[in-house]
Amino acid sequence: MSTITETLPEQAALEQSTLFRFATAGSVDDGKSTLVGRLLHDSKAILADTLDAVTRTSVDRGFGGENGSTQKIDLALLTDGLRAEREQGITIDVAYRYFATDRRSFILADCPGHIQYTKNTVTGASTADAVVVLIDARKGVLEQTRRHLSVLRLLRVPNVIVAVNKIDLTGFSEDVFRAIEADVQAVASGIGLTDIVVIPVSALEGDNVVERSAYTPWYTGASLLDLLETLPTTDELERGLEPFRFPVQLVIRPQGALAPELALADDAGASFRDYRAYAGQLASGDVSVGDSITVLPSGRTATVVGIDFAGRTLEKAVAPQSVALRLSEEIDIARGDVIAATGTFGEARQDLYAELCWLSDKPLREGAKVLIKHGSKTVQGLVRAVTGKLELESFAYGQASGLGLNDIGTAQIRLASALPIEAYARHRRTGAFLVIDPQDGNTLAAGMVRDHPGDHEDERYAI
Amino acid sequence: MSTQLTDTPVAAVDAPLETLNSLDLLESEAIHIIREVVAEFERPALLFSGGKDSVVMLHLATKAFWPGKVPFPVLHVDTGHNFPEVIDFRDRTVERLGLRLEVGSVQEFIDSGELSERADGTRNPLQTVPLLDAIAKNKFDAVFGGGRRDEDKARAKERILSLRDEFGQWDPRNQRPELWNLYNGRYTVGQHVRAFPISNWTELDIWRYIARENIELPGLYYAHDREVYERDGMWRAVGPVSEPRPDEEVVIKQVRYRTVGDMSCTGAVASDATTVHDVVREVAASTLTERGATRADDRISEAAMEDRKKDGYF
Repeated sequence: MSTITETLPEQAALEQSTLFRFATAGSVDDGKSTLVGRLLHDSKAILADTLDAVTRTSVDRGFGGENGSTQKIDLALLTDGLRAEREQGITIDVAYRYFATDRRSFILADCPGHIQYTKNTVTGASTADAVVVLIDARKGVLEQTRRHLSVLRLLRVPNVIVAVNKIDLTGFSEDVFRAIEADVQAVASGIGLTDIVVIPVSALEGDNVVERSAYTPWYTGASLLDLLETLPTTDELERGLEPFRFPVQLVIRPQGALAPELALADDAGASFRDYRAYAGQLASGDVSVGDSITVLPSGRTATVVGIDFAGRTLEKAVAPQSVALRLSEEIDIARGDVIAATGTFGEARQDLYAELCWLSDKPLREGAKVLIKHGSKTVQGLVRAVTGKLELESFAYGQASGLGLNDIGTAQIRLASALPIEAYARHRRTGAFLVIDPQDGNTLAAGMVRDHPGDHEDERYAI
Repeated sequence: MSTQLTDTPVAAVDAPLETLNSLDLLESEAIHIIREVVAEFERPALLFSGGKDSVVMLHLATKAFWPGKVPFPVLHVDTGHNFPEVIDFRDRTVERLGLRLEVGSVQEFIDSGELSERADGTRNPLQTVPLLDAIAKNKFDAVFGGGRRDEDKARAKERILSLRDEFGQWDPRNQRPELWNLYNGRYTVGQHVRAFPISNWTELDIWRYIARENIELPGLYYAHDREVYERDGMWRAVGPVSEPRPDEEVVIKQVRYRTVGDMSCTGAVASDATTVHDVVREVAASTLTERGATRADDRISEAAMEDRKKDGYF
């Protein structure tokens, strides 16, 4: 009790604490659940009743014996949520975990490695500020490591950490670590992934997870938790780089349906009679009162005259705040339109060329009719051609005419109406979309817009 | 925070938020989700029990649509075992915000013979049938809930938009992947969607937000004197559905509730936290999870919550 109280985040620090989202990715048996359990356990995110339950089950399963190990409990039990997972000792689905230090609150997407690894890694990585990829120190870089790194490169995960786990089982060997580190860096530079951090850890024993380990004096970098506490978030990295984008979710025009406390106020009812604002969340950039904006795809322009947030008036809003914008002109704006800083956007496009991460058992065929959800708009699309399939091991594109579960490839899609799409490489939010099955409504793929196709693809596109 | 407020009282309220703290980000995410659901569904409703998570949900909804009214009704599944002060709070809140309240009554289903009382007297598992009945009767296609992923290991795997079939069942092995901030709310005939905008909040986030936003809660969330007796390591209130056995000694203790559900299985914790700031400190220092400390029904088995969710529970 007393130790937990001592490590508690102070109130004042809590007010300043920011949110950091990260995901874990790894292969079977490289100790991912154990690492997550270790982070939760050592950061005191596991409360006594949960720990009691896990300890009881661990003892039933033979943990905590007199074998000299410091491991008293099966840390993986902390994260396996479904009965089938506990019974089979596997992780089925992405699980979300929460813990906090005095600097940050963490949202951890724990992505299983063995089945549907692409689906799970893409899901976890799509919102992650960082991804921790695990490697077993005894096995080194595997094909799956390359695949994971390739997916992270495609999704533009801002911070990639490679944790070389089970370093204790190599006798804390620097030679082993350095060799794996060199392999990782070679793979990374081959696919254009920069600034990867490689750390030696033992999830089981806790080395370099929360505290730097005395057994790895040759490692001078930070512990895993130190990194997670100090790496910049996606928003911090991209603030000021991307222009203002604001997909309109709905139009707030209360007319008769004012909030009761406003309707009751004497003159308030009258002052809100003509109220009209566009509600949404800033996808990127910032907006200030007085800024000139352009509505996409119509191209009409106006000036921001007010930024409202629940009764407060802001001078400026930044991504990813949810606000409501009031404009100088009464122009036709509906859900699905995107409000952008004037002069920062080219043309809305009806032809989409994109990378697709196929996440469904139902394969993609050329000629398929799908739904495309982009920002707050959903339109019909026709898959005119599948133009290539990414071979993750080589990070090169091969020929393909369809995509199956866990495949990544490129495709040409004709949209029923023009969308304000932009390249994912420069616009994370307005470059991303979902592919949805119009029949059963299931999500088929994660899409990332690529730049206009070159001549080669144009030829195929003309078919 | 208090010193900042004293130094620059005006700027602290209306300054541009250059750095968004974790509560700002969680709030923004929740409002985005609430607006998406309202825009994409025909007939949404919000599960509202008067409990703190549903109160925070309703507060977020008022912020999402300001200066308009919250554009959906609220739905309460009344176990008949609710604390009277919570029902009173529920009714006052609904009145204040000018909302329509739909009530699904477990008691009515028991009276009509469609449900039977459990041997242990607990009614939380009985809420599923009235809930699904109210959803079908009102043709709700999306139901907001205040579920949080930190509550339970099964909830940790649930999506923010969670598809339910005709029987309200959750299929944990066949969930749609959720990518970026793009939510797929499509459903087919007979299906509906449960939406959990505060999935990513922890109990401590909820309390810090209640403190920051000065949100009113039912009084029993704060320390008060109550006649209680000890059972299964929890303090139970003396009441019509929670009578002490002859061997259980009734004492007056200063307690508060961390969750407010079925009186027959919700326990109080000994506490001297009389203000919201006291509670924030207490929750931050707690060594027990809120369900572990106060919900007898989640102790039944390791997979108690998973089983109830598969059957259409919240």
